[in-house]
Amino acid sequence: MTIPTRATLLGVVLLLAGVIGFALLPSVVGGYGLSLAINFLMFAILATAWAMFSGPSGYVSLATVAFFGIGAYTVAVLGEQLPWGAVLLLAAGIAFVVALLVGLSTLRLSGVYFVIFSFGLAELIRQVVNWYESTQAGSVGRYVFLDITQEQIVWQLTAVLALLFIVGWLIQRSRVGFALRMIGDDETVALHCGVNITLIKVLVFSLSAAFMALVGAIVAPRWTYLDPSIAFNPNISFQVLIMALLGGARRLYGPLLGVIPMVLLFEYLSTHFPHLFSVLLGVTFLAIVYLVPHGVAGLIDSYVQRYRARFPGQPAQQEGAS
Amino acid sequence: MTTPTTLLSVGNVTRRFGSLRAVDDLSFDIAEGEIVGLLGPNGSGKTTMMNLVSGALKPNAGTIRLAGEEIAGLPPNRIARQGIARTFQLVRVLPSMHCLDNVKAGLGFGAEPTWGSAADSLGEALLQRVGMAHRCWTLGKDLTYMDQKRLELARALALKPRLLLLDEWLAGLNPSELVEAIELLRKVRGEGVTMVMVEHVMDAIRSLCDRCVIMNAGAKIAEGTPAEALAEPEVVRAYLGDDAHA
Repeated sequence: MTIPTRATLLGVVLLLAGVIGFALLPSVVGGYGLSLAINFLMFAILATAWAMFSGPSGYVSLATVAFFGIGAYTVAVLGEQLPWGAVLLLAAGIAFVVALLVGLSTLRLSGVYFVIFSFGLAELIRQVVNWYESTQAGSVGRYVFLDITQEQIVWQLTAVLALLFIVGWLIQRSRVGFALRMIGDDETVALHCGVNITLIKVLVFSLSAAFMALVGAIVAPRWTYLDPSIAFNPNISFQVLIMALLGGARRLYGPLLGVIPMVLLFEYLSTHFPHLFSVLLGVTFLAIVYLVPHGVAGLIDSYVQRYRARFPGQPAQQEGAS
Repeated sequence: MTTPTTLLSVGNVTRRFGSLRAVDDLSFDIAEGEIVGLLGPNGSGKTTMMNLVSGALKPNAGTIRLAGEEIAGLPPNRIARQGIARTFQLVRVLPSMHCLDNVKAGLGFGAEPTWGSAADSLGEALLQRVGMAHRCWTLGKDLTYMDQKRLELARALALKPRLLLLDEWLAGLNPSELVEAIELLRKVRGEGVTMVMVEHVMDAIRSLCDRCVIMNAGAKIAEGTPAEALAEPEVVRAYLGDDAHA
């Protein structure tokens, strides 16, 4: 029992340190630092939310940007009419319901079919919004004029990231998280053990979608101008996937380990090689899948396993490594 | 046949795959505490019948009752909660989870779900029961074939089933493993678990089963004690063909 407690304690300390750090950040760094921090926080939430569902279940989703874009568009359409808190709740709520409906009809698909469907879904939503804006609303783009500063965006994102870690931790140690891991291993076994697999999958998928929409809504004021190709840019889905895989999707803290280097790398690539960005994105993807298939967190786990195998007999959970 | 209390009652069940009737108007009863062997040549519909009872498949017609309650057509998770556990013809363990978690998979979602530290100690007890106490922290994928079978049995027993379905649980074992496995099943039987087993290993059937139901081409061709049922001319013909006397 000492190991999980120590790990939990460490997690709590790191979480608090992170929250305090980001809360104080705006008084220390300038505009560029803030915009980098927003990028970092945005991808940290997206990748962690992605991994909360796709990590244990093995259902690889490319619909991240669909929910992100729903959040951004909720702000673009309703941002000036409703109080900010209500807009955020609504954004999360809409994404939750959309994910629920989509999940009920598609999470019965397995493996590669789900990947393709989720990608198609994001494109479909983008095209529908495009069509609506150009034929019904009169103009493809919208302006977002809200009195929200960069600092406020950082603070909001920090709060959401902290909330996500708490929710993710609670899910992981609950029967829902356990059932999701069973589903990832063998759906048939899960089903015959009494797990309502559709309910579990749809529930966690929708919850992760709500977090993605929150991010979209919070960062929308930063753009001032918004159109479907910005809000529903498929690159975001792929970037999130790469970050989560690099960090390791099977651990709660895993995606974070991928987000830090990747945000810096993408920053570098997009300023120095703007025209080659997509190509380099693809190369990075290949390199990660070949070199660290289970991510940095997976590497850490296998080192721990090897260490325990060499020095058996210390903590309680030893027998497995022998 | 006078059965004290009927646990499972299969009535006129039919399941078609296209024009093939894999199970054709089949009826049989299983009494509480009984071990019944479901036998028949390859392709006679035994596994299909198991899948119909466990909910993996839905029947086209007929009734399946567990202790009087209709379960035909319910999804497998509902049937598992009603008290039917199963093992699979091709053994299935959760590969990335260690053995204790594999057993907790059966403990956490059944009729009386157990979770937390209670599940840990119950899980360890179950692993001990199937002779795998020393394997708590081994991953499912690292187990030998025999141990995977034991683990599957422990997971099924974790559901505290009223009825346990074993689909060729003894298949693929070598002679010494077979002796061990039969001994293990005898132990489980001693604890009063009702079982239906699809099996080709005749020694196991003779030593474990109270009764046999023998199928051919989706229909029941004989029923009775193993010795009686296997001696029926219809059964001999199904297994060996018309010129069996030659």
